[in-house]
Amino acid sequence: MTDDPIYALLAEHLRRVAPEIPIDDIDRSADLRDEFDIDSMDFMTLITGLGKALSLPMPEADYDQMRSFDDLLGYLRSHTA
Amino acid sequence: MTDQRITKDTADANMADYAATRAAFSWADAQARLAGLPGSHLNIAHEAIDRHVAAGHGTQIALRWIAKSGACTDYTYADLAHQTNRFANVLRARGLQPGDKVYGLLGRVPELYIAALGTLKAGCVFCPLFSAFGPEPIQARMQIGGANALITSTRLYKRKVAGIRDTVETLKEVFTIDGAASGTTELAPLMDAASDTFTTAQTDPEDPALLHFTSGTTGKPKGVVHVHQAVVAHDTTGRLALDLRPGDIYWCTADPGWVTGTSYGIIAPLTNRATMIVDEAEFDVSRWYDILSGESVNVWYTAPTAIRMLMKAGADAIGVRAFPDLRFMASVGEPLNPEAVIWGAETFGMPFHDNWWQTETGGIMIANYAAMDVKPGSMGKPLPGIEAGIVEVNGDDVVELTEPMAMGELALRPGWPSMMRGYLHEQARYEKCFKGGWYLSGDLAMRDADGYFWFVGRADDLIKSAGHLIGPFEVESALMEHDAVAEVGVIGLPDDTAGQIVKAYVALKPGHEPTEDLRLDLMGHARKRLGPAVAPKEIAFRQNLPKTRSSKIMRRLLKAREMGLPEGDISTLESDET
Repeated sequence: MTDDPIYALLAEHLRRVAPEIPIDDIDRSADLRDEFDIDSMDFMTLITGLGKALSLPMPEADYDQMRSFDDLLGYLRSHTA
Repeated sequence: MTDQRITKDTADANMADYAATRAAFSWADAQARLAGLPGSHLNIAHEAIDRHVAAGHGTQIALRWIAKSGACTDYTYADLAHQTNRFANVLRARGLQPGDKVYGLLGRVPELYIAALGTLKAGCVFCPLFSAFGPEPIQARMQIGGANALITSTRLYKRKVAGIRDTVETLKEVFTIDGAASGTTELAPLMDAASDTFTTAQTDPEDPALLHFTSGTTGKPKGVVHVHQAVVAHDTTGRLALDLRPGDIYWCTADPGWVTGTSYGIIAPLTNRATMIVDEAEFDVSRWYDILSGESVNVWYTAPTAIRMLMKAGADAIGVRAFPDLRFMASVGEPLNPEAVIWGAETFGMPFHDNWWQTETGGIMIANYAAMDVKPGSMGKPLPGIEAGIVEVNGDDVVELTEPMAMGELALRPGWPSMMRGYLHEQARYEKCFKGGWYLSGDLAMRDADGYFWFVGRADDLIKSAGHLIGPFEVESALMEHDAVAEVGVIGLPDDTAGQIVKAYVALKPGHEPTEDLRLDLMGHARKRLGPAVAPKEIAFRQNLPKTRSSKIMRRLLKAREMGLPEGDISTLESDET
């Protein structure tokens, strides 16, 4: 899994906002904000950071496709493929 | 400041004429609108629920809960009466007595609302905790308050409470709403077995009802005590400042973990017989517009951080949605910038009405009203029954400044029903808030020639982030526990969205290098202990922090330098920043 560049990028950006949460411990299909204990501000930081790194517009309207870790990973993959 | 004025031609408001209502107002009249209990007793839960059921409104929806999934569950006033009776019976059956402290650590789920009101019915004191707190703020607040029972979820219990539970000696009972964890009692079977009738405790108006914690500049958080009498202010301010009417659909976006989410997210809407919308999910632009439009919200009470995030998303995000039922919008938590007030007027056809109050005041004290012109950026005028002034404090002398736009401390004449009755176990700290016949708010403000108040800033080092008051000391203490940290200074930095964000300046012990990994480690350490709502969003390394001769870190200087402001008086500076 870790040789996947999108996964690695997401993991790195999550580490920047929630460094204390090991990715292996979370429920990847559950609410991302709950799992990583991130608030609205952290979530914006995360999305802005990912958007910049991938030169990908990640509009507000798409946030409901980013509810869980797996959702967000899937979103990033399908929009960068 | 701006000279702009948004004029109103609203004849249809609960308070059509501010000056006349203010002149005729008395708190005794306000209290007479409530039912009360025999023998001059008063109980918040009775005023919020049971008197409406007795008056024939049991079938009205009191609470519409929107789960994260989007699914709705409705609770009528009669449902709430039964559920809160069951919870009160559960408390009794488990040995909890009037005056005992019941804490809530939950997201926005129906059980939290039922527990809060059921606790009040049982004559116990309810203390809400924000579910985004980490173990340390939770531990401090349970220890100071002497928590006797806690209602939470298995997830929050395992993550945040299990590790500190043994340090809270008073804690007898932990109820979990979603099954049982090791050491907790599952609530659901007890609720099912409990009777749905209960005789509401005959509480005295001066009996403690609510315990809210607020941060101090130094030392531990303060436990602010409110009594059942506060319901008179909740009810009145809901009617006059929020323009709440029976049958209104009302949405307060604040979490009950904070005072707004209790006073105006539970009590005021129910005493005014509104239908409350409660959304379990966190802020989300499309979801919020869906709720405002889809639920036909009439009165919306929200906060500057959220409003600024909506502004950022742009009016396009509204799409085809319309808000024909929306009548009144209000904001609290920190001053709402004029652009946001005006954006409200342009986007929704009505401005956001900013208002001002504090955990200590228990209810709205200064507000912009439905039928009063709004000066964008101003917090408005004092509620009927509230006398506010701008004062200058010199030692024991307090002088009111009556000159328009004189800057001083915002102060209130004590005696309104929801005024705090004490800081728990800290009488001296409480007494310090009152001087020369005034309650001193700690906020700096000005009053203009028309009587509108304007917020200037805090008189102390407290940080207001996303509407939450954060004490720098609590954050500094948590960081100091890290092995690598020698000293820490924490300040609030201006932020476009959150108002302020928490930033920490850290000097390391010898042998530690200021690397990115260490910075993230410190960030994680602080988040683990404090939770995301309190932990710093930024950490910067310094070799040394500016200190006074008595080794006190000069937060003021850190802030002035960060913001490129004049350094002011640095005569006490002994050891400078490097």
